[in-house]
Amino acid sequence: MKVEEFSADALIDASLPLLGLTLTPPSRAAVKLHLETAETLWRSLRGFDLVELTEPAPVYRA
Amino acid sequence: MSEVHLQSAQQIQTAVVSGQAKARDIVAATLARISALNPKLGAFTDVTAERALAKADAIDAARARGETLGPLAGAPFAVKNLFDVKGLPTRAGSKINRERAPASADAILVQRMEAAGAILVGALNMGEYAYDFTGENAHDGASRNPHDLAHMSGGSSGGSGSAVAGGLTPLALGSDTNGSIRVPSSLCGIFGLKPTYGRLSRTGSFPFVASFDHLGPFARSVADLAAAYDAMQGADPHDPAQAPRPFEPTSSGLEESAANLRIASLGGYFTRGAELAALEAVERVADALGARRRTVELPEAARARAAAYLITMVEGASLHADQLRQRSGDYDPDVRDRLIAGEMLPGAWVVKAQKFRSWFRARALDLFREVDVLIAPATPCRAPKIGQRTFMLGGEELLVRPNLGIFTQPISFIGLPVVAAPVWTSGERLPIGVQIITAPWREDLALRVARALERDGVVSAPIGRAAS
Repeated sequence: MKVEEFSADALIDASLPLLGLTLTPPSRAAVKLHLETAETLWRSLRGFDLVELTEPAPVYRA
Repeated sequence: MSEVHLQSAQQIQTAVVSGQAKARDIVAATLARISALNPKLGAFTDVTAERALAKADAIDAARARGETLGPLAGAPFAVKNLFDVKGLPTRAGSKINRERAPASADAILVQRMEAAGAILVGALNMGEYAYDFTGENAHDGASRNPHDLAHMSGGSSGGSGSAVAGGLTPLALGSDTNGSIRVPSSLCGIFGLKPTYGRLSRTGSFPFVASFDHLGPFARSVADLAAAYDAMQGADPHDPAQAPRPFEPTSSGLEESAANLRIASLGGYFTRGAELAALEAVERVADALGARRRTVELPEAARARAAAYLITMVEGASLHADQLRQRSGDYDPDVRDRLIAGEMLPGAWVVKAQKFRSWFRARALDLFREVDVLIAPATPCRAPKIGQRTFMLGGEELLVRPNLGIFTQPISFIGLPVVAAPVWTSGERLPIGVQIITAPWREDLALRVARALERDGVVSAPIGRAAS
């Protein structure tokens, strides 16, 4: 799947059996909206050039 | 002294220590006020009357024996219902958790507040599992704004905001993952402190997103906020995120001048999408602090908000993964559907967001070499109406629930300490808050600046009388 062709419906269809979940039509519409929102936010992060660092939480040490 | 229960925690403590008032009378008056106003405000989900009266009697007896009373002696407080309270199920705003066994012990912060003499009077309404900025709850109803009952309290610590702003208690505790102390502080017109990540113990509280979760106090005065915060500091080996910081009292330095601090407003992202009221509030505060013309940028704040949003979705979903399969029908649908979406997000997105967090934190620390205090809006607008699903931000129609925290999320993303302080405009019923942001571990500076603004009348937290 190309990122440019992100399809929330395709992601939902692929994920539901894996997750063992079912959705009512209103829930599916809501989940789709949340996925589309998340994908929009991901687009802003995707191209950002980062040095490979990992630090999961902002724990400041004295 | 009939109205002493409506005064600040500091004034209550003075009255109790001096013998002008008995703790029992204060608690009795507080319980009566909760009984009268809570049906309209929806702030409390549990009232611990028997426990509170017993604690009050113990304080009065200690005074009669000539013992030294604590810095919060006799001051009623309540906690968001994700804090463990011995004998109560820890609801975390949910239908599911209230079916669990009652907590066998109080949360650490409840213990510390009571050790300082404060008196727990109950547990407070909140958005389900803290995934909320509105203060609405599908199971317990909305906690309402004491300045206008038709409007939101903000969330997810909505009951905390409503209780303190409504004069039910002078103090409350809440949690802040993405803004859940600062948003209700802004909408309800009270002071709130989100300390540095890792400062206050979270032991005995129900988590939401562990790498963002903070606990902190609400109050109607900065002195009360500082006193509660000081009372709750201290090491706890059971919270793995807590840093080994020494006790660093803030109350004693509150009256020090803020004039020598380097203060700037946050520009860029923190001005986009905000309503005029939010921008004017920042301008008034900056003006009062002599920082009107100094604006700095926190680089890539929009990306920080995006990263916080994605991490929240996935960490939150992870916590609920098993329960979603077993009890999905018992969730608030608005919360459930966000959690399910979080389960579906690619792992690579979140790893990138985590890496970005380190990058962004380094940029913020760079900024604090140039300034001591940053000012930004707490919310983009005043309190929306209860039930309102969307609002206009920057010309775009967006959902209220996930977007009231657009200005708080980038800050909690990297765990910086923040005091939210309320600003009022003549002729407006509803307040709006500003964030006073400092470098890690400098809660003292944020509180000192808030106190300077309070002293000068720029910020204040009057009791809302809409329910009276």
